[in-house]
Amino acid sequence: MVNPQKVLGFLDVAGSWDPSLMFVLGSGLLVTIVAFLPITRMAKPVLDVDFRLPTPTAIDIKLIGGATLFGIGWGLVGYCPGPAIASLAYGQIESGIFLGAMVLGLYADRLYRRPTTVI
Amino acid sequence: MENFTPINAIIGGVLIGLSSTLFLWLNGRIAGISGIAGGLDSLDRNEFTWRLLFLTGLIGGVAIYRTAGGTLQDIEIVSSIPVLIAAGLLTGLGTRMGNGCTSGHGICGLARLSPRSFVAVPTFLSIAVITFFLTRHVLGGL
Repeated sequence: MVNPQKVLGFLDVAGSWDPSLMFVLGSGLLVTIVAFLPITRMAKPVLDVDFRLPTPTAIDIKLIGGATLFGIGWGLVGYCPGPAIASLAYGQIESGIFLGAMVLGLYADRLYRRPTTVI
Repeated sequence: MENFTPINAIIGGVLIGLSSTLFLWLNGRIAGISGIAGGLDSLDRNEFTWRLLFLTGLIGGVAIYRTAGGTLQDIEIVSSIPVLIAAGLLTGLGTRMGNGCTSGHGICGLARLSPRSFVAVPTFLSIAVITFFLTRHVLGGL
């Protein structure tokens, strides 16, 4: 997925469709769905005193709006945060430009908000 | 179906799933990249360090694999620079607002049966499909 063309190929349901990303997500989910269950029953993680899990529960406009904005960005180039960061290992300027803009977007709210710990 | 690489996709997906599992089991946290990368401004030294280590591993894993002679795809990006910037901004803003991306909501959130992830994932997936369709098939590429 570090090559955005693989992702765009998956999003191209109306064109030459490449289902690979679906297999990535699917097989990843198979692992986590099975493996998360026993872990969530643990009192604490192995190397820390407590679990640090996301606390928001509301399905609100921030969630839907955020997912929409992210979806647009993702559909434009085919990069989501993980592969964009991993692509630094290739040292290519285009991914660097995307990454720089992504960092700006990630930290934009610091302009009007104190830094808070993001889970 | 073009360029379909099922074996690599499954191996990659399993590795992602395993790493998220390990992270939750050992460190008690969700392996959501947008959250990890978006929290580097933390004043807490521990918070900063573990995030830096995780991201170093993310980049390092690719680098080590390539250096060891593993073949990975080339990165093909056809987008213009303004589009790269716009997409990057939207990705950063959107994942920050929505508290997650494909790893956080997709791989981890769905596995935790998080209602927020059940909303977020179909949303960004369908919006991405529509966006791609509009930019590629209607506008002829951006």
